[in-house]
Amino acid sequence: MGAFLLRRLLQSLGLLLIVSVIGFAILHLAPGGPLSQFAAGGEMTQADLDRIAEQLGLNRPLPIQYLEWLWRMVRGDWGVSFRDQQPVLHIIGSHIGATLELMLTSTLLAMLIGAWVGILGAIKRYSLFDGLATIGAMIALSIPTFWFGLVVIYVFSVGLGWLPAGNRYTIGDGSFLNQLHHLIGPCIVLALVSTAVWSRYMRSSMLEVINQDYVRTARAKGLPERTILLRHSFRNALLPMITITGLHVPTLLSGALVTETVFTWPGMGRLFLDSISYRDYPVVMGILMFTAVLVLLGSLIADLLYGVADPRIARG
Amino acid sequence: MSSQTIATPDLPLAPPPTFWNSPGLRRFRRHKLAVFGAAAIIVMTLACIFGPMLLPYSDTFIDIRQRFAPPFSGPHVLGTDPLGRDILARLLMAGRISLAVGFSAMLISMAIGVCIGLIAGFYEGVIGSALMRFVDAMLCFPSIFLLLAISALIEPSVPSIVLLIAMTSWMEVARVVEAQIRSLRTRDFAVAAVSMGSSNTRIMFRELLPNAVAPIVVAATLNVAHAILAESYISFLGYGIQPPTPSWGNMLENAQSYLTSAPWLAILPGAAITLAVTSFNFVGDGLRDALDPRMDSH
Repeated sequence: MGAFLLRRLLQSLGLLLIVSVIGFAILHLAPGGPLSQFAAGGEMTQADLDRIAEQLGLNRPLPIQYLEWLWRMVRGDWGVSFRDQQPVLHIIGSHIGATLELMLTSTLLAMLIGAWVGILGAIKRYSLFDGLATIGAMIALSIPTFWFGLVVIYVFSVGLGWLPAGNRYTIGDGSFLNQLHHLIGPCIVLALVSTAVWSRYMRSSMLEVINQDYVRTARAKGLPERTILLRHSFRNALLPMITITGLHVPTLLSGALVTETVFTWPGMGRLFLDSISYRDYPVVMGILMFTAVLVLLGSLIADLLYGVADPRIARG
Repeated sequence: MSSQTIATPDLPLAPPPTFWNSPGLRRFRRHKLAVFGAAAIIVMTLACIFGPMLLPYSDTFIDIRQRFAPPFSGPHVLGTDPLGRDILARLLMAGRISLAVGFSAMLISMAIGVCIGLIAGFYEGVIGSALMRFVDAMLCFPSIFLLLAISALIEPSVPSIVLLIAMTSWMEVARVVEAQIRSLRTRDFAVAAVSMGSSNTRIMFRELLPNAVAPIVVAATLNVAHAILAESYISFLGYGIQPPTPSWGNMLENAQSYLTSAPWLAILPGAAITLAVTSFNFVGDGLRDALDPRMDSH
């Protein structure tokens, strides 16, 4: 396990290095490169820009600039925002909470519904329910998230008046219930795709498990069907879902950006979009690198948990 | 009991497998949703190509006295938008753009993905693993974040949006092709080609690639669905196709402000996107079954 952990960590670090090269390339592809911060205002002459480039070392060879940029990133100096001179990491830190709240709750919701639909579909394979669930999942994967958000707002906020149409809480009322009330809409919207993914994988994972010998043994022992399902099949069918959840992080992040935009949710996705419209490159870069780290962490944790959860897998 | 009839069994004269009853197409036809999807795609494509010529209104004609007309209420069948433009005409014109963007982005991203996958699968070792690590690294960025970050660098136009979507969606294809090629290149026919002294390019494009066509076709179909969706996302967020050129995504851009008064502005384009994307996904799913000979026993 220790050797596996070390190898997996090294792999992730290697990938992160490639990710940083791509990020650095995007930053330097920006019109004006990292200097766009000053060039955008239009108040500086070319001579000023040249002098700044000299001072900041932007006229040196790119590999050296890359190493310096990397070294700053590693030490946690991700630059400051063009907009308000706040450190980028600080800005991300103040927005990540809202995004994580949304992602975790919707994942939980998706797991509950998706697992239920998937198990039922596997037990009653080729039934009407299974067919409808298959079609439903396919459509859910095809609906644009932002449009589903609009429909939810139209039905539940405009039409029925049950849910607030946006924001994380009513201003002046930060109570837990109020926040929960505001969370329902975006949570449902973000959970749509994950639910479809979960139900599909849960169904096939369950189908693989319920024909195994130990399930037949349990049935032969005369155990009640319920016990067989929950204790023997479901628990083992859950194993591959750890990997699925880990690999689902990028999709979830993309969905969160769109959901946050529709529901004016003050998370990292909204921040990213705002920063793009301001051409606030340090923040854009920071968030891009930050999401890549989250994605890598997701698959790393999933891999490690899988090793812990499944003792059959001996990794060395 | 008038006369005894002897049942003469129809001798099963198996017709030669023509295109229509070839096993693959039979599997595809059995997949009802895939047939539905294919039909919907054909109808939508034809409607978007020929529809605008048959309508009394053009997509840019501003009928100022008919602003915010709801669907099925007046001369405008599906109603009008805040400027009084005919929604049906705009939906069809937007469909031309969105479907064309979807197809062209798919073609480019398939070209990139197939080439990278082919090279990485064929030259295992340093080149192969370097390319695949690059693929892994690109996949670390959530697609919308990458799309938006690069879209801020470019002038938005239809060709640049196509390139942008293609550049951020070739990685899955590369993975699929790489895995296929890697397993194919140890097969006897590939080894035989090597021993006959075929050049590497010939082995890659004439021996290996034709045998990997099935997963590539499936990936291409799903890629169109992905590209249409990606276009709608970035256009909705304001960084894709720019007005006055309509696309299904940018028709939704301001729809949220009119959700209370004119909900059809949001409902109709979204329904069009969903229908198109679902259809391509259904077809891709059907093709996966149809092109997999192991499915015949079911």
